[in-house]
Amino acid sequence: MAEYAKLSFQKGGLNKELAAFFRGLLENGAVDGVLVPMAQNHKWVRLTLVTSASHTAGVDPFAPVAAVSGAKIASSLTSRPSGRTIAMVLRPCEIRAVVELAKLKQVNLDDVLLIGMDCLGRYENTDFVKFQEQGGTSEAFLENALAGKTSGPDFDIVGACKICEFPTAANADLSLCAIGGGNGAVFIEALTEKGGQTLEKSGMKPSEAPAGRNEAVKKLAAARLEARDKKFAEFRAEVNSFEALADKLAGCVNCYNCRVACPVCYCKECVFITDTFRHTGEQFMMWAEQSGMLKMPTDTMFYHLTRLTHMSLFCVGCGQCTSACPNGLDLMPLFRTCAEKTQARFDYQAGRSLEEEQPMAGFATDELIEVTGQVK
Amino acid sequence: MSEFEPKIVAFFCNWCTFTAADLAGTSRLSYPPNLKIIRVMCSGMVDPKYVIKAFLNGADGVLIGGCWPGDCHYINGNLKARRRVALLTEVLKQYGIGEERFWLRWIAASEGTMLREVAVQMTAKLKELGPSPLKNMGQMAI
Ligand code: SF4
Ligand code: SF4
Ligand code: FES
Repeated sequence: MAEYAKLSFQKGGLNKELAAFFRGLLENGAVDGVLVPMAQNHKWVRLTLVTSASHTAGVDPFAPVAAVSGAKIASSLTSRPSGRTIAMVLRPCEIRAVVELAKLKQVNLDDVLLIGMDCLGRYENTDFVKFQEQGGTSEAFLENALAGKTSGPDFDIVGACKICEFPTAANADLSLCAIGGGNGAVFIEALTEKGGQTLEKSGMKPSEAPAGRNEAVKKLAAARLEARDKKFAEFRAEVNSFEALADKLAGCVNCYNCRVACPVCYCKECVFITDTFRHTGEQFMMWAEQSGMLKMPTDTMFYHLTRLTHMSLFCVGCGQCTSACPNGLDLMPLFRTCAEKTQARFDYQAGRSLEEEQPMAGFATDELIEVTGQVK
Repeated sequence: MSEFEPKIVAFFCNWCTFTAADLAGTSRLSYPPNLKIIRVMCSGMVDPKYVIKAFLNGADGVLIGGCWPGDCHYINGNLKARRRVALLTEVLKQYGIGEERFWLRWIAASEGTMLREVAVQMTAKLKELGPSPLKNMGQMAI
């Protein structure tokens, strides 16, 4: 099903039109709340839970920033659900993470209307502040990004977005489409029946599909895919041994911010912060004595290899790990290259479908015979 | 210089493979002393972290031994183990520890001979491969 409604806007008026749409959803009772990126008082745009139609003026869904992964917010809002309906406006990578969290029962989609959006990239949080200070607006960002220019004077969208092959949202009910809509218009696409009903209820008139959309999306996805494969090849050529991996991780201080920021690092309590890793003094002395010295804190490589094993099957390539690292470690390519291998082994793709079972959640007798190579 | 003697950390399920090792012993089948056997209740309880840690601490190989599919005393622990082994292999392989160093094998309680064979084969394979790439990294790897 693909139904569209066209949202035309005057220059400088995109967010006003979008605000009217969300106001409508609240006013006509389609939803009890809207989780949407919204301008805060002075600066920043943050996901904001809006329950009153009179508070929708500041919405800014296309702002090129994702301070925290929206999938984590979706989890906070629904893992112990309110029973009330919430529309959530999320980026494609956030929705893919939501899909994985839903399978892990850490997101409950029962009363959620998922609204995706076309994503042309995000800036690091600190760069977004610069962007705002320099008068940047989402409208200008979209216009430039659609023309192929995402960079500011001394910043650009994050590496993860440059190699993200999913610029549009899948598994959403509705999607805000900026690609291929032409100047002065975005389209709202209904992807599910629920989405279609909401669109109808909102009173917006159905329109033709945006003429250039399919082609423009394909072109952008292809360019990103090419950039991805190039990045993967470079990374693999560089990090092809444990020694090279240790070099990559040399700056890590075991703060574990990367796993806090990662939307799919699903453990409620990470084993690396439990007593299992509160080694005794005697233990440290023994390790040190094995080679005469011991880097502190320990368990750095252990931590990253474990995380790769635990969650690379679900990695959606959002780049929040890289953004979170206080020491500038670019973890995204490490996790994405590994994820490509682990997901391929199980013919799995993070975020592709709610119906696909997560590989470690099942097993079968007559599979993976090559692991042991033994047949009775 | 003496020949390189690989260290193999072997996680053996209590019910099948460990019993097979016992049987090999009582049957006086000698097998290479390179195996450091750790007895676990089921191959399905070998946490990937145990394997990672063994390699980080200098194991040249890791062998997990479990009951044949259908014979696991916890019904399907071995089938879960097999998926985990496939997963972890994909991770470790990228940095230089592949299938050759990380084995999962089904060895039933009565298969003392097979246990010996696997031990011989794995030791030979690792001698051919040489020490684990993590070995000379010493404390960096921890
Ligand atoms: S590992 Fe990094 S890129 Fe992958 S999902 Fe987690 S935060 Fe995103
Ligand atoms: S955020 Fe950076 S320093 Fe902190 S644990 Fe992750 S990689 Fe290490
Ligand atoms: S009890 Fe032997 S593998 Fe499970």
